[in-house]
Amino acid sequence: MERHFIEVHDIGKQYGSGETVVQAVSFMDFFIDDGEFLSVMGQSGSGKSTLLSIIGGLNRPTKGTVYVDTLDIYGLSSEQKADFRSEYLGIIFQSFQLVPYLTVLENVKLPMAITGIRSGDQKARALKILERVGLGDKVNRLPDQLSGGEQERVAIARAIVNDPPILLADEPTGNLDSETAEDIMGLLKSLNEEGKTVIMVTHNSDMCHYSGRTIFMKDGRMDGSRPSGWAHLQQGFIPPSAQHTVTPSARRQPKFSKPPI
Amino acid sequence: MKLYHISISNLRRRKGKVVFLALGLVIGIATIVILLSVTQSMTRNIEERLDRFGANMVMVPRTENLSLSYGGITVGGVNYRTVEFDEARIGDIRRIKDNKNIGIIAPKVIGSTVINEKDVLLIGVDFESEFALKNWWRLDGDTPKAANDLLFGVVGAVALRVSRGDQVIIAGRTFDVAAILQRTGAPEDGVVIGDLHEIQGVLGKKGKISMVELAAFCRGCPISEIVLQIAEKFPDARVTALEQVVMAKMQSVEMFRSFSYGIAALVIFVGSLLVFVTMMGFVNERTREIGIFRAIGFRQGHVMQIILLEAMIVGFVAGLVGFLAGSIVARVVIPLVIQDGTPGGILSPSLGMISVLLGVSLSLMASLYPARKASRLDPSAALRAL
Repeated sequence: MERHFIEVHDIGKQYGSGETVVQAVSFMDFFIDDGEFLSVMGQSGSGKSTLLSIIGGLNRPTKGTVYVDTLDIYGLSSEQKADFRSEYLGIIFQSFQLVPYLTVLENVKLPMAITGIRSGDQKARALKILERVGLGDKVNRLPDQLSGGEQERVAIARAIVNDPPILLADEPTGNLDSETAEDIMGLLKSLNEEGKTVIMVTHNSDMCHYSGRTIFMKDGRMDGSRPSGWAHLQQGFIPPSAQHTVTPSARRQPKFSKPPI
Repeated sequence: MKLYHISISNLRRRKGKVVFLALGLVIGIATIVILLSVTQSMTRNIEERLDRFGANMVMVPRTENLSLSYGGITVGGVNYRTVEFDEARIGDIRRIKDNKNIGIIAPKVIGSTVINEKDVLLIGVDFESEFALKNWWRLDGDTPKAANDLLFGVVGAVALRVSRGDQVIIAGRTFDVAAILQRTGAPEDGVVIGDLHEIQGVLGKKGKISMVELAAFCRGCPISEIVLQIAEKFPDARVTALEQVVMAKMQSVEMFRSFSYGIAALVIFVGSLLVFVTMMGFVNERTREIGIFRAIGFRQGHVMQIILLEAMIVGFVAGLVGFLAGSIVARVVIPLVIQDGTPGGILSPSLGMISVLLGVSLSLMASLYPARKASRLDPSAALRAL
């Protein structure tokens, strides 16, 4: 059977119990291929951030399964999931989520603190990435001494410093002006062109044209998908079942003791 | 970047809260240091007094006869057959296992003689060791040095009508009255004391010793053990320790020590509670930050390491500061609460090490649950936004 890099099988997520149950996500079923740039678009409260956290192994779904590189990520133990996130994911959070008492350089080095990379190599790698995102001259500043756009760049630098194959971006331009937002999207696009799989959640349709495909969400459900380049904007929706074509890469040898499915 | 960098950076960034966190431990440890120092000083004070007090062991020849004297009154009919040790054997006392604890050996020969037509008790002593043993003796006159120098107890001098500088004749030998011993309230007030070997000759007891007084200069050394060891060397001797006074004093110190430990335990409990509550507050405050750590791949163990490392650093510093603060306060307090109290042992390395160990272990124990709670935070709930 042909496998895709990321497979989301009929997942659902509900919060609360009894009469106060909120169905955040339901009947989501789609695939993402290696190297793809996928946008998940929807209004506020549509469940897109919940979906992203489920793909990131941060939020166990009430039902369904998520496979990443053939790994059933919710079949992993808590510590294995942490290893999975460290090895596979770079997460760019809404509101940047930088550690306030660490400098720019330290924030970027943070994911390497648990990798066993030597201190000198950590610094060299972090500086190189900070140069790339245009912050080479602000490495010793604290996050609150940076503008919103600069903080976003630090967040991106931190997300890619371990060279993960997947980038999850939650409203990466939500707190930025349009010019800075375009810069950030350009950066994400270039990372995608280098081979990273990018999954971006946004409510701004202007940002979707950077991605290859957009999934629309409404009330926790998929409301269709379509190729999202400007050239395809006039095309009709394509049902999710018609999206899966690319062979999985199995690009990494996972560290986990639990055998993949 | 290592995990400890995160701990150190966090502590440096939140100095005010760290100070508050450490304060409970500092107060607790300082209190313990003060109480321990005061107790130690009290014990030392009593032991020093005991050393000054003089002999703490007496060795006399074993006899089958019962003593017929009580409260200074001797009833007639006592068998006066005296038994003595050979002087040559006295050196054996220095050959017991705990010989390093033996301070002074003061052998004596005792007998009665007649001076100025009156019966008097004559005691031959080694003046050097006798004065070292009874350093509270005060003399009117010169310290006896020559073999024919005598020291008269004040009561004896009055009764025999002798004064400093006089000469007396005992058994045909002439002696000088070198000094009069000021009133001691002890039996020495009524006796005449002379050089050991000279008096042995006068009494016709050459090479004989009637009794030996011993002082063991030690703090908390096993007096009863030393008694047993001497008794083994001298089966014909009865060795007794004058421990009662010490024991009574030590009992009150022990009571104070128990009280101190009780107070210390209470203070430690309150201090640990403070650390626990503050650490819980820290964890709740850092929920989002812990969520970031977890989201970027930190294991539960990594989060625990970060928080416990912070607790360890705070505990270490609190232990050190508590030790120093407690030592300084003890230095001020001890002379106020203990008569002649010397704040010796202050800044002792062992107490410092105990303080630091206590600080670290208490801080770690109080932080264990908060750290565990932090490590188990659901990363998505912690981040909310995702």
